[in-house]
Amino acid sequence: MHKVQVILITGTSKGIGKYLAHYYIEKGYQVIGCSRRTVNYKLDNYRHFCLDVTDEREVKRMFAEIRKTYKRMDVLINNAGIASMNHILLTPLKTVKEIFGTNFFGTFLYSREAAKLMRRNKCGRIVNFTTVAVPLKLEGEAIYASSKAAIITLTQILARELAEYNITVNAVGPTPIKTDLIRSLPDEKIISLIQRQAIKRFGEFRDVSNVIDFFLKPESDFITGQVIFLGGV
Amino acid sequence: MARKEKVIQTIFSAVDELNKQLPKEKQLEKSVDTVLFGSSSELDSLGLVDLILATEQRIEEEFESIITLASEKAMSQKKSPFRTIDTFAEYICFLLDEDRHA
Repeated sequence: MHKVQVILITGTSKGIGKYLAHYYIEKGYQVIGCSRRTVNYKLDNYRHFCLDVTDEREVKRMFAEIRKTYKRMDVLINNAGIASMNHILLTPLKTVKEIFGTNFFGTFLYSREAAKLMRRNKCGRIVNFTTVAVPLKLEGEAIYASSKAAIITLTQILARELAEYNITVNAVGPTPIKTDLIRSLPDEKIISLIQRQAIKRFGEFRDVSNVIDFFLKPESDFITGQVIFLGGV
Repeated sequence: MARKEKVIQTIFSAVDELNKQLPKEKQLEKSVDTVLFGSSSELDSLGLVDLILATEQRIEEEFESIITLASEKAMSQKKSPFRTIDTFAEYICFLLDEDRHA
């Protein structure tokens, strides 16, 4: 009997995460989402958890509930992320801790707990989010890009550690997309960034889901530890 | 049943699950003295990971508690809480106490 695939997406209250929640419900998945705040939408086959992705106890409690209810997890999309643009000389340590907390510690925590569930079925897909700010080495984004560079290394090493359980771990690196994440960035900064892409346009949500779909395809079970940057960066 | 005894029984049920995947000569004995880590253990590193995770899940269900059985001392021969089933049970009792006071 074909079982409904269970997908967990972090950061589903807005932006790419909200889009992905709707997108994968359309595709027939049972979607579990989470964010600090409640979501302003209600969907069949969608369940939401309000929590801080860096709170280990809360995250573990959520996974225990998922294990009890669904008994499986097929896909994890570590989408939750925050950004901050600042010169290194003007960056408080508190900001660094917050950015690494959500972007890197959150990705680590969710990957660890998801892998525990996935290993039971000897199958799973983990998709992490990095950014073109890593290869482009953008000034003003030292901390954000560093947290996302750490995610690349985590992705590549987890790919090896979890291969034993047939879990693939890959990452997608979007270009700027019109979401809240880049709302505070100056227009000229965004335009100059786009000029450094091979294909000079904003990214769209569908560009991201297209890469994720590729990672999730059953035929992609030999694709792991890979990072795909959008826009030809 | 005393709590440590209940923890030991929970570990034994995880051992049962693990033994199903192991050849007869590699199966673990259900004894508090069974060595889990080190050169005299029957388990390889992935087997140890499987046992720890199977135990963690069972402990969470049995004690309705949220604990993480990861430890920085895991791979230390002298200090690893995973040396034997007895030290493993002691470590779990310690974590359950911590969780109760969290």
